[in-house]
Amino acid sequence: MQIIKDKKVCDDDWVIVRELDDAAPIPEGNVILPFSYWQANREELLKQDSAHAAWIDGDIETKELSGELEHFSIIGLDFPAFKDGRSYTHARMLRDRYGFEGELRAIGNVLRDQMFFMFRCGIDCFEVSEGKDAEEALKSFNDFSVRYQAAADDAVPIYKLR
Amino acid sequence: MYKYDNYDQTIVDERVAQFRDQTERFLAGKLTEDEYRPLRLMNGLYVQRYAPMLRVAIPYGLLSSDQLRMLAHISRKYDKNYAHFSTRQNVQFNWPALETVPDILADLASVEMHAIQTSGNDIRNTTSDQFAGIAEDELEDPRPYCEIIRQWSTFHPEFSFLPRKFKIAVSGATDDRAAVKVHDIGLYLVKNDAGEVGFNVIVGGGLGRTPFIGPSIRPFLEKQHVLSYLEAILRVYNRFGRRDNMYRARIKILVNDLGKEEFTRQVEEEWSHIKDSVLKLDQKEIDRVKGFFTSPDYDKNAADDKSFDEAEKSNKAFSNWVKRNLFTHRVAGYKAVVVSLKAPGIAPGDATDEQMDHIAALADQYSYGEIVVTHDQNLVLPNVKRADLFSLWEKLAEKNLATANIGLLTDMICCPGLDFCALANAGSIPIAKQINERFDDIDYLHDIGDLKIKMSGCMNACGHHHVGHIGILGVRKKDEEFYQLTLGGSAEKDACLGDRLGPSIAKEEVANVISKLLDVYVEQRQDEERFLDTYRRVGITPFKDRVYPKTAVKEKAYANN
Repeated sequence: MQIIKDKKVCDDDWVIVRELDDAAPIPEGNVILPFSYWQANREELLKQDSAHAAWIDGDIETKELSGELEHFSIIGLDFPAFKDGRSYTHARMLRDRYGFEGELRAIGNVLRDQMFFMFRCGIDCFEVSEGKDAEEALKSFNDFSVRYQAAADDAVPIYKLR
Repeated sequence: MYKYDNYDQTIVDERVAQFRDQTERFLAGKLTEDEYRPLRLMNGLYVQRYAPMLRVAIPYGLLSSDQLRMLAHISRKYDKNYAHFSTRQNVQFNWPALETVPDILADLASVEMHAIQTSGNDIRNTTSDQFAGIAEDELEDPRPYCEIIRQWSTFHPEFSFLPRKFKIAVSGATDDRAAVKVHDIGLYLVKNDAGEVGFNVIVGGGLGRTPFIGPSIRPFLEKQHVLSYLEAILRVYNRFGRRDNMYRARIKILVNDLGKEEFTRQVEEEWSHIKDSVLKLDQKEIDRVKGFFTSPDYDKNAADDKSFDEAEKSNKAFSNWVKRNLFTHRVAGYKAVVVSLKAPGIAPGDATDEQMDHIAALADQYSYGEIVVTHDQNLVLPNVKRADLFSLWEKLAEKNLATANIGLLTDMICCPGLDFCALANAGSIPIAKQINERFDDIDYLHDIGDLKIKMSGCMNACGHHHVGHIGILGVRKKDEEFYQLTLGGSAEKDACLGDRLGPSIAKEEVANVISKLLDVYVEQRQDEERFLDTYRRVGITPFKDRVYPKTAVKEKAYANN
């Protein structure tokens, strides 16, 4: 499938596993697992040599992941609807507070007009919703050339440059 | 006032381009109605009962004469020759065509204005005291902090998709003229024991279906921490505010559910991590922004004028206006003038293009080119010399802008109601009209004195009815409009919610009932008591008995059993 990573459109073979019973066998291939499944099968999974990836939604606290970050190359953040903005805080906590340096991938209802905000919170990878033009969506990163606040992208607020 | 630099101007210009593109994509069918709705809402564009409504931000209510002229121009070119000033110190256009909105935004950007975050679940326009900068009771001018908050909150990447809208108010005075305690966050500038000025932080006030007077969660916050503390509050809210029920989603519900202590603990915990981060404000930045809110070059001899006293003595209409529409200025010889947008027969808060142009010209001539929108939907010319008051009054009167009713019964707060709003259950503007027709004797109004009537057409409470001395709430019963009255509310430092008078009353009865309430007041008042004071002293019973005589008898009989 197509994703946007580091502001470029590219192909990607990671598969997001939306639902998985904790007792189910570990799926094959590059999978982004529900964090609850990863936790339940932690010991088994850590024996594997491959890269780990898990996703969380707004109901989970990033604190729960904070001790495990070294294991993950990708953390998926769910945006189930335009209105559910909890994962923006997730992204900032993972980057600013817990220092996660791997990939933060926005999954779910990822809309072009929100990617600017997501990027600023530290999300560097975006699932492209079906039927949407990824190349077209890249333009949204350039919506604003000036940003008032410091965030994951700008180290200082604009006033320090004035 | 604050002037944009290149950075500020670039942001509003880029916003116009972005919204033009979004609107074009919508009109071309590339965005569905569902996808476009939240985007237009983040730009203040609602689709209302008859037409779209565009809400334009007026940061802390402050306008230059050029900006006001632009509002007049927009109302002429894109709308029906009038605009509506709202209780959040913003302005609304009721009839723009959707496809012209990008052009309107471009016109606004040309005078350093925008519609950013005037709706949507984000941080809205920060409001303040309409007499900021000139009030005698002011500890410090709150507007530089409002501007700092405006910039911090504009397109905040983390807080643009909150559980619900978020409103902040800042006041620097002893008297609260900004309804601070009924905001999501209210900030009072206060002095601590060491003589330093900082903020008393109030969180979780609000009106709507579940009204609360907000509690203070930090009695003193150093100024340089204001943004980090706001960020901590917003972060707790963004994580834990309810998203399952829009009527339970405001921060007041979270504060109430967790309790003040636990909510405060969570905020303080979060704050401890970010307090000394890059969010900590430089004194240099505070001083830079303060530098925009300087005093004009006042005339040192302004107090020597004798013409004012003579005009006041010889002209009754002028003297009535002087009694009600002037506010004491901290500089001798100057007054702040309240321009009433509450003339009889006019929807409260409405101004025509001609009136706006006229006021802009008068502001240039008499008040250093500045105008302030008040939260009770009037306009203020903040710096008028005594010697100019009479001619200003005459000129205001030419355009029906000199109604001598500020703070009186007919200076009502009123939402757009059923006439415009898609949410309303009942009309507000027709009730304002009914009240104006009934109480048209200026001497009687002056005798009744201070009285705040606040009216909302539904329980969302845009007209702040809970905190009116007399609150009027429109409800719908079997498809007819009824009105629920409350008494004794206040939005000031002594903020409290009004008490329900009794069963709702029929539309045509509203003015009659108010008349009965005023009769009770006149009979019971002592000395200089205002309606609110008398109400607080005697309680609701005499008012209830007068309005609902039979019910009152029944209730008494029941109580005696």
